[in-house]
Amino acid sequence: MGKSVAIIGTGQTRHGRRQDVCYPDLVKEAVEAALEDAGITLKDVDGVVLGTMPSMMEGVSSTHFYFAEAMGSVGKPVLKVETCGSTGQSIGHCGFFWASSGMADIVLVVGSEKMSEGDGQATMNTVFDPFFQRTFAAGAPGVFTMQSMEWMYRFKIPEDKGRDAAAMISVSNHDNAMDNPHAHIRTRVTMDDVKNARIITYPVRLLDVCPASDGACAVIFASGDKAKKICKKPAWIKGMGFRGEEFFYGESDKAIWMSATEAAKEAYSQAGIKDPLKELDVAEVYNPFTYQEMIFYECFGFCPRGKAPDYVLKGTFKKGGRLPCGPSGGTLCTNPIGATGLIRMAEAALQVTGKAGARQVEGAKLALSHAMGGVDQFNGVTILGSEQ
Amino acid sequence: MSIEKYKIVEGQVKVTYELALGRTWSHFYDCFKEGKIMGTRCRKCSRVLVPPRSFCPRCFEDMDEWVEVSDEGIIETWVYVNMPFFAQETKIPFISAQIRLDGCDSGFTHIVGGVDMSDLDKVRAAVKLGGRVKAVWSREKKGSIRDIEYFEPVK
Repeated sequence: MGKSVAIIGTGQTRHGRRQDVCYPDLVKEAVEAALEDAGITLKDVDGVVLGTMPSMMEGVSSTHFYFAEAMGSVGKPVLKVETCGSTGQSIGHCGFFWASSGMADIVLVVGSEKMSEGDGQATMNTVFDPFFQRTFAAGAPGVFTMQSMEWMYRFKIPEDKGRDAAAMISVSNHDNAMDNPHAHIRTRVTMDDVKNARIITYPVRLLDVCPASDGACAVIFASGDKAKKICKKPAWIKGMGFRGEEFFYGESDKAIWMSATEAAKEAYSQAGIKDPLKELDVAEVYNPFTYQEMIFYECFGFCPRGKAPDYVLKGTFKKGGRLPCGPSGGTLCTNPIGATGLIRMAEAALQVTGKAGARQVEGAKLALSHAMGGVDQFNGVTILGSEQ
Repeated sequence: MSIEKYKIVEGQVKVTYELALGRTWSHFYDCFKEGKIMGTRCRKCSRVLVPPRSFCPRCFEDMDEWVEVSDEGIIETWVYVNMPFFAQETKIPFISAQIRLDGCDSGFTHIVGGVDMSDLDKVRAAVKLGGRVKAVWSREKKGSIRDIEYFEPVK
């Protein structure tokens, strides 16, 4: 997979509704935190990669121009990459490509979104084509719910069991977010709260769905040699996979979900992982919706197809379980979309370097991070490890 | 610097687009206006897709053979939407669905109607995964996706 690369620093803003800062200042908050964490200055950075959602989200086009100063990219090469919700994984992968190629020693990767300023679901609706599907689109909730319904039907998962497992996922993510000072939503919820919350798109209810957040994340990638010289505890990139599928929902099988399955398979093969449930210590799965999180567990080989609710209900993915998922509280409690996939990667890096504070999974050495984008169209996976 | 309330500016960007359907989709909607649902077949994998494609997304081969598919099919999945979305002209509550039309190898997105939507239990009793539905065509057709008003469960 090319020359080795490691993450040597990460930074996140306090996520939530951030009217106290304009958008570039929000970005700078994450960049400064990452530089400080890595113990470097902007002078050390050879190139900058930025990713956000489509410009319609905040109404400013070409945000890599808007944030040039905030990312310290003046006088440096800069790239913008955009793959909708999976942007955060895509830009992380670009950071790897750049550092691995030998063209740069240190690459700063930035993901951001300021969703309180626009209408996130209006932006999502324009991801659908204008001639056929947009007419009946209901943003992300509509499509993710259809997928979840299809999955439950396919594997004959009783409605009550699916409902209970999804509620348990919501409870455990909300509990985990209490340990994360960056998280947007920090309130505990009960199973009954989730099951009685307002219906968004049946059977999905308000507490099954992520918030719309303002937030930014910056991650610093270094070539292997450089990382060893300047960083005591780098997080090594062990494997990466990214796959896309057909644009039209309805043309591919979303209950099996090729892009998620194959992205993980490729990352596992590079990382030498054969039994993910056994070998991984922690996972940061992109989970804007509780029901959909279970489909990811199956695509990633954490459990057999159709069995995710059983595994969830026996606590496999909870804090202290066999494979803790989303110790940060996940996307379910924080979703500044352009940053979200990179936050998953940053959280995985914190875990394998023992820097995750109250949300640390004891002794974590190997972590999965992930993001999904478009109308269920793209999936990206990155495996991080404590050893080169 | 202590500020009680941060200033905001209201902004709006309004743009009008002229979106070209092109050869394949123009023909699809010409036929739609006549009450026919047309798909295209891939020369290589033989799959029939609706919406029709000018080329097969998997084989990258031309799909120039037109095939009429049924206006009846099964519900692959559905969702009950009762929350307003910006610029969504379809009035809530509505049931968006993927419908596998007979003779077609993909799901077609439309809405399920003709059922009592006042109560979720009534919806669940009428709309079933795997259930059969049939198109209810508009009396006046304009060559757009709304030439079908909705798909109705077959009793």
